[in-house]
Amino acid sequence: MTIVQHWSIDGVPADAQAAEFEIQSDADVVKVRQAARQLAQKAALSIVDQTKIVTAVSELARNTLIHGGGGTAQVEIVKNEKRVGVRAVFMDEGPGIADTTRALSGGFSTGGGLGLGLSGSRRLVDAFDLDTAPGRGTRVTVTKWAR
Amino acid sequence: MKTLADGGYDISAFFLDHRDVIARDWTQRVAKNSTGRISAAETQSELLPILDALLKIVGEWPNVSGAPFEEVRALLSEYSRSRARNGFSPAETATAVFALRDAVLSEANKNPQGPGYTGIERFSQMIDSLGLITFDAYVRTRETIITSQTEQLLELSTPVVKLWNGILAVPLVGTLDSARTQVVMEALLQMLVSTESQHAIIDITGVPAVDTQVAQHLLKTVMAARLMGAECVISGIRPQIAQTIVALGVEFGDIVTKASLADALQLTLQRSGFEVRKSERKA
Repeated sequence: MTIVQHWSIDGVPADAQAAEFEIQSDADVVKVRQAARQLAQKAALSIVDQTKIVTAVSELARNTLIHGGGGTAQVEIVKNEKRVGVRAVFMDEGPGIADTTRALSGGFSTGGGLGLGLSGSRRLVDAFDLDTAPGRGTRVTVTKWAR
Repeated sequence: MKTLADGGYDISAFFLDHRDVIARDWTQRVAKNSTGRISAAETQSELLPILDALLKIVGEWPNVSGAPFEEVRALLSEYSRSRARNGFSPAETATAVFALRDAVLSEANKNPQGPGYTGIERFSQMIDSLGLITFDAYVRTRETIITSQTEQLLELSTPVVKLWNGILAVPLVGTLDSARTQVVMEALLQMLVSTESQHAIIDITGVPAVDTQVAQHLLKTVMAARLMGAECVISGIRPQIAQTIVALGVEFGDIVTKASLADALQLTLQRSGFEVRKSERKA
């Protein structure tokens, strides 16, 4: 992992490749989203891909807040041999998800929303990893690669 | 040279003798640091009253929290407020006060055995406290500015405008959270009643990301307007937003959406029975 900088007020420093946030309020969701947008621009994702990863980050950050009771988010620029991309990791120590198949099927919500956050996010990104169990919290990792 | 009760030296004589030199040196130092944001004359008119107020109460130094310092504190606060409004940093604001010490030191150093030098310590203590006063006042001013801007933003963020007889528009800009949606919805429903409008256009050109929460808020607003007999059109759907909404799986059902506000206006005009065409008369 690259250097993680803790930042809360001014978003991401100009030279940063990564940012880490506490998610405790709606304002924090906005901060994570802005960081994702900045890093996606830096990774030279197309406008459509930028919007997709930003929207996925927004969904997952809100899930962390509402369902996980708050947690942390890390957003970073990642590279492999061929491509550059943006990866976001969301962690909470909430109740976890008992029925992941149902949670990912779409249209099912326990929080009064549309129930499309988790399933929709999966469709918005290139790689989606859900690590959860009841009572163990939830960890979601998503990656969007530049085309 | 007079020695004060607390063992300090009265350096008032030094100050009074060198007042003009110190004043000139101080304003020059401060003006140099303000890099054109405030004129030299303005700097002078702000700083000289502070210096003179200080000279009036030399015997009270360095107890800046006492009553005799009231005038100095007020002047300093006013000075910090004006700096905060003009975009100076708190460090720059406090440095202006510290520049007085530099000016005094450089004058006193010209004659190290002179009477001025011996009282410098108390003077220096006082300058530190005065620097803290500017810092306090600066932060308070900034907080006031931020609070009032936040209030202004919330008011600004929810305009409902009348485009035509019976047609309203809500141009949304920025993040659409629950609190704002509530304000927007209330404002729209109120305007629908007061202007007896049947149509509303919700323009989301200025909304950076449409996630499921924003979509849900939009849907609720449209449904509420429908219950009141008004039809809503959502406009300003940019290509990247359209693709994201599809991937998310959000369905807008039978709600009409348009790419631009112009398209939406044309449609609503048509629906309200207006016909828009170019005049055949030559201008």
